[in-house]
Amino acid sequence: MSVLPDVTPPPFPPPYPTRGGRFAPGAAVRVKKGAAPGHIRTPWYLRGKTGRIERVCGDFGNPEELAYRRDGRPARTLYRVRFAMAEVWGAGAEGPDDTVDAEIFEHWLEAADAP
Amino acid sequence: MPHDHDHDHDHDHFHHEGMSPSGHPYRPDNDRPLTYWQRMEIAVRELLVEKGITTAAEINAQIARMDARTPAQGARIVARAWDDPGFKARLLADGSRAMEEMGIEPDGLKLVVVENTEAAHNVVVCTLCSCYPRNLLGLPPDWYKTRAYRSRMVKEPRAVLREFGLDLPEDVQVRVHDSTADMRYMVLPRRPAGTEGWSRERLEAIVGRDCMIGVAVPSAG
Repeated sequence: MSVLPDVTPPPFPPPYPTRGGRFAPGAAVRVKKGAAPGHIRTPWYLRGKTGRIERVCGDFGNPEELAYRRDGRPARTLYRVRFAMAEVWGAGAEGPDDTVDAEIFEHWLEAADAP
Repeated sequence: MPHDHDHDHDHDHFHHEGMSPSGHPYRPDNDRPLTYWQRMEIAVRELLVEKGITTAAEINAQIARMDARTPAQGARIVARAWDDPGFKARLLADGSRAMEEMGIEPDGLKLVVVENTEAAHNVVVCTLCSCYPRNLLGLPPDWYKTRAYRSRMVKEPRAVLREFGLDLPEDVQVRVHDSTADMRYMVLPRRPAGTEGWSRERLEAIVGRDCMIGVAVPSAG
C-alpha cells in the first residue's frame, strides 16, 4: 500500500515549453522498476515508488541519449514528483510525513493504478 | 627556510619530525605525477589552443567569470524577494527570468526557487552527482559533493540538519529536493524576525550560502 504526499500544484504554468505531457500536477504516479543500462537520471532509491506530480518542468532532451552524443530528440516531458518519506523508506522513516522531490522523465513514470 | 633557526640553543623548542616550529604538521607538497585525467585535460586544452579553436586568454576569462559568481548574488535575490512581493511571485514562477531581471546571466541555468514557510523547510541535494546552481551561487562547498551528504540527506535529513546546527521542530515538514535532471534549486529562506525596516544591503548580509542550500536559516542577530 503506497503512502502519498499532499501536493499543492503551483499557481503558475511551466516556464519551459512543453507538449503538456500525460500527467497533471496532483496525479499519482509510480516510478518504473526498470534497470536499463547506460546513463540514467532516475535514482535507484525511487524505483518502484509512488508519488504525486508536483509540477511539470517542461520538455527536455532525453539524458539517456544526450549522454552518448545523440540529439536527445524527441524531447521528453520532465516532472517534479513528490514522494512521502514513509513511501520511500517504509514505516521506520525518520520523518514519515517529510517529503523528497525529484525530477523524473515521463518515460520512467506510469499511472499509480496501472497494473 | 622554515627550519633554519639556530640548533645550538637549548630552548624548549618543539622538535617533532615533520612538524613546523609552531607544532603543526607540514602539508605534503603535491609533486606526485599527474593523473590520467589531468594529463587528458592539459592535452585537450593545448590542442584546442594550438588549433586556434580557443585561446589561453579566453580560458582565463571563463575561469574568472565562474569565480565571480558567489553566494552574494543569491543573497541579492533573497533580500529583494523579502521586500518586493511582486518580485517574489515572479521568482517562484520562473527563477531564471528573475535572475535576468536582477542583471544576473543564467547562462542556461534553469532555476527553481523553493520557499520556506512556517510549516515547511526546504533543503537541496543531488544524490546522483553534484548538481548545484553554480551560475548563481558559484562553486558548491566540498561537503555538498560527499557521498555522506548525498546519501544521508534523502534518508535522514533531520539528523543531517542537526549536525549542521539546525534542529527543526517536529511540526515543521522537511522537504528534500533531489536535483536529478535539468533543474537547479535555491531555497528562499524565511525573513527572520527583527529585520523590519532593514535596507536591502543589510538583509543581503545575513543570507549566507548555507541558507540557500537549506542547511541553515538566517537570523537577525
